[in-house]
Amino acid sequence: MKAVSAEEAVAMIPNGATVMVGGFMGVGTPERLLDELVRQRKSHLSIIANDAAVPGRGLGKLFDAELVSTIMASHIGLNPKVQQQMMAKTIEVTLMPQGTLVERIRCGGCGLGGVLTPTGAGTIVEEGKQQIEIDGKHFLLETALRSQFALVHAFLADYLGNLSYALTARNFNPVMAMAADTVIVTAEHIVPVGVISPDHVVTPAPLVDYLVTNG
Amino acid sequence: MGEAMDPQTIIAKRVAQELRAGNLVNLGIGIPTLVANYVPPGLNVFFQSENGLIGTGPIPEQGMAHPLLTDAGGRPISALPGASTFDSAMSFALIRGGHVDVTVLGGLQVDASGHLANWMIPGKMVPGMGGAMDLASGAKRVIVAMQHAAKGKSKIVQKCGLPLTSARPVDLVVTDMAVMGFDGGKITLIETAPGVSVAEVMAVTEAELAVPDKVPEMKI
Repeated sequence: MKAVSAEEAVAMIPNGATVMVGGFMGVGTPERLLDELVRQRKSHLSIIANDAAVPGRGLGKLFDAELVSTIMASHIGLNPKVQQQMMAKTIEVTLMPQGTLVERIRCGGCGLGGVLTPTGAGTIVEEGKQQIEIDGKHFLLETALRSQFALVHAFLADYLGNLSYALTARNFNPVMAMAADTVIVTAEHIVPVGVISPDHVVTPAPLVDYLVTNG
Repeated sequence: MGEAMDPQTIIAKRVAQELRAGNLVNLGIGIPTLVANYVPPGLNVFFQSENGLIGTGPIPEQGMAHPLLTDAGGRPISALPGASTFDSAMSFALIRGGHVDVTVLGGLQVDASGHLANWMIPGKMVPGMGGAMDLASGAKRVIVAMQHAAKGKSKIVQKCGLPLTSARPVDLVVTDMAVMGFDGGKITLIETAPGVSVAEVMAVTEAELAVPDKVPEMKI
């Protein structure tokens, strides 16, 4: 793990990169990295995230600045700007069930090719997907997702990069921290090694490539 | 007859009667959220919020909210003693894995075979399905809480015209006019709302509704 500034971290992300962003309706989102993506005008981004938050908050900031080309998400309904950009066809939106999205990311981080889920079987979600019957039950094959970068927000990070999360800000963060080539983390508090007890480490340090310094 | 109750209250009160001690329950947005207000005193149920919490409590008092403790809509909530938090993979493992006893979902249409459509209106409203498809497929019991009709049009239809949420039929539908079930694979009237006659329910129900000889009134 290497400690970097938000500016240095975002400078590593090229235009057109695929980027997973943790958070759920702007809660547990690495806001400082999103602000820096906007400041450095990184464009044509392919985003994987649960939702598009709301204008002015979380991922909403990237849509305010029109930096996104594609997004895979489970819900975009609370961000009218994303709806507008989708209708105007300036962005491509792929919607999928939330449990399917998180499992696809989990597969990407766990060396699995995909997952068989009953969710979406018999609905328009199954279109174009391989369907497999097991013990008389109908499943869809949902393939793994990975990205070049994952932007993760933790509650505590220690000097080595061990992470723990708080309350409902955990959401997609630990799953995404497994599924990208480069993992960049912001944390509410950076603490000495040992403050997070081994039993309470959720994301082990070797998974973290860059920790953004505070202050 | 007592004082008139508004449609949403009728629905929420009746759905709350379906909850049992120890149930793990997930409430969708809209009318389903109101069900939490009518859980009988002393009945211990666990409410899950799919952004990663079991044990959701009421909206915190002024100044007591925490920015990292919210419901699935991003609004501040509280956590009750005994609450637990987890990531989204765990949250949906609970949902898909049959660990959630009851989910209460809103609806746009429910049809005669129990299929639910509640997540999009092609060309008009494409917000994304969020967790609805996982809940409708995976929860042990699926209850739909919605108004019986919208703008004079029945939401209980013979066959859903809108995209389905799941191929799996729901278990119970509670509206401001009736309770309906699907025993034997056929939509059946179970109860009517206070002051509503069977004929009135039939008149605003598009689906062919099976009506037993005796249909009791909701006790709410």
